[in-house]
Amino acid sequence: MSLIQLIIIVIQATILLTLMLVCAAYMVLAERKIAAWIQNRVGPNRVGPWGLFQSFADVIKLNLKEDIVPAAADYKFHALAPVIAIGVAITVYAIIPFSGPLVEIDGIQYGLSMAPNMNIGILAMLAMTSVGVYGIALAGWSSNNKYSLMGGLRSAAQMISYELSMGLAIIGVVLIAGSLNLIEIIQAQTSGIWYIFLQPAGFILFFITALAETNRAPFDLPEAEPELVGGYHTEYSGMKFGLLYLAEYANILASSAIMAALYLGGWDAIPFLDDSAILGLAPNSIPLVLLGHVVFLTKAFALVFVFIWVRWSLPRFRYDQLMNLGWKVLLPISLINVILTGLGVLLFQ
Amino acid sequence: MANITSNTESQRLTFWERIYLPEIAKGLGLTFKQMFKPSFTRQYPEERWIPEGSYRGRPVLVLEEDGERCVACGLCSRVCPALAIEVRAAETDMDKERYPEKFEINMLRCIYCGFCEEVCPEEAIVMSKDYELVFSSQEEGIFGKDKLLVPIAQLQERLEFLRQWR
Repeated sequence: MSLIQLIIIVIQATILLTLMLVCAAYMVLAERKIAAWIQNRVGPNRVGPWGLFQSFADVIKLNLKEDIVPAAADYKFHALAPVIAIGVAITVYAIIPFSGPLVEIDGIQYGLSMAPNMNIGILAMLAMTSVGVYGIALAGWSSNNKYSLMGGLRSAAQMISYELSMGLAIIGVVLIAGSLNLIEIIQAQTSGIWYIFLQPAGFILFFITALAETNRAPFDLPEAEPELVGGYHTEYSGMKFGLLYLAEYANILASSAIMAALYLGGWDAIPFLDDSAILGLAPNSIPLVLLGHVVFLTKAFALVFVFIWVRWSLPRFRYDQLMNLGWKVLLPISLINVILTGLGVLLFQ
Repeated sequence: MANITSNTESQRLTFWERIYLPEIAKGLGLTFKQMFKPSFTRQYPEERWIPEGSYRGRPVLVLEEDGERCVACGLCSRVCPALAIEVRAAETDMDKERYPEKFEINMLRCIYCGFCEEVCPEEAIVMSKDYELVFSSQEEGIFGKDKLLVPIAQLQERLEFLRQWR
């Protein structure tokens, strides 16, 4: 690896990380604002115009807070858990293909994405989200608090049961595209039709399991306030709590981006038609790639809005209902979906 | 045990209600509609609520041009269920002959029941519209005559309300 390559990768990572952290901070504000609108309230509006600087105020507050560690807690693991959670959440961003390459230096193409051409793209995503459960389970266990432990255990059980359906939902897309590479999956959609039209059941399955994987309502049992005080982050304060919170929102944005890439055509602006031909731009030209970034992020944030919207509309599932839904409903449906997709691919391709 | 019929919630649901998704979509539609409705929030420090005459805020003493109306009969102190009022009477050369030398209401005890106002024969103690009561110490919560006396012009609405409804 040459020095130039290294410098470019560091710059790429810095831009991506900053973008992600700012997005996550503003998603917290968006969550509060949308919750307020749904409940006929105003929401935060004191810090800056329309409360736009609220996120920065929150981050400053979290940094200035005292970092309390319970006497009975295992200090090392207590400190390690948020790091695992945020680290894993950030790693997923490496494989998200925001758009095509922007510049070419020494024969290697660079864009906003770190490793979009990874040939096991989706598998890497699934692997990283599975590791994410360690952060939460460890946070719950190391706090040495029964509520935290309950939250961590619930999270582990829930993530493991819903991971299966999520993987099977993705298999439908992989069968049609014939690749695990996210770029190839998107390119198959840019010229053809978006996979949401071929895989509507798969999209709904993926969305429901993504809600469960990111511990969002109506599957937010790991942090069910009425039962578990705060869930796995009961004993956290200051920026450690902030990191766990940030990891949750980073995960939401990551799953929204993956959903946009798998089902909504990624950076493809117009469904069913070839964009570059209509707009009169060469494929992979700079304006088209920049437009691609805007389109991709718009799709991702539209899905983030749906995540938030669902949270403020639906009540929480009971634990047995959650397990029933995961194992008795979603798993059979996803299996049937895989079989039907396989038959379809066999017959029409 | 032959004629037991069961009619549980899950049996009453239709097929479409049982598969959840259409009902969830309906719920989402409802919350989406709510987003475009005006909010009920009052931006408090900037927008303040001005109550009607019927509102029972903190009790105050009526101050006319020639001094307070109170004749220090002590009925308010007697009727107060929270024992918040303390009155010490003294003599004066005016027509009413008596006046309160000391009149204190402990606002930490006051429960805003309005009995003092109801029992007062002179309409000298009335409930005002003032609902913003903040103290930084217990001593500050005891209001003396300096804080209790309010010019009659500010209390017209309450006095009219009392005349009409009492």
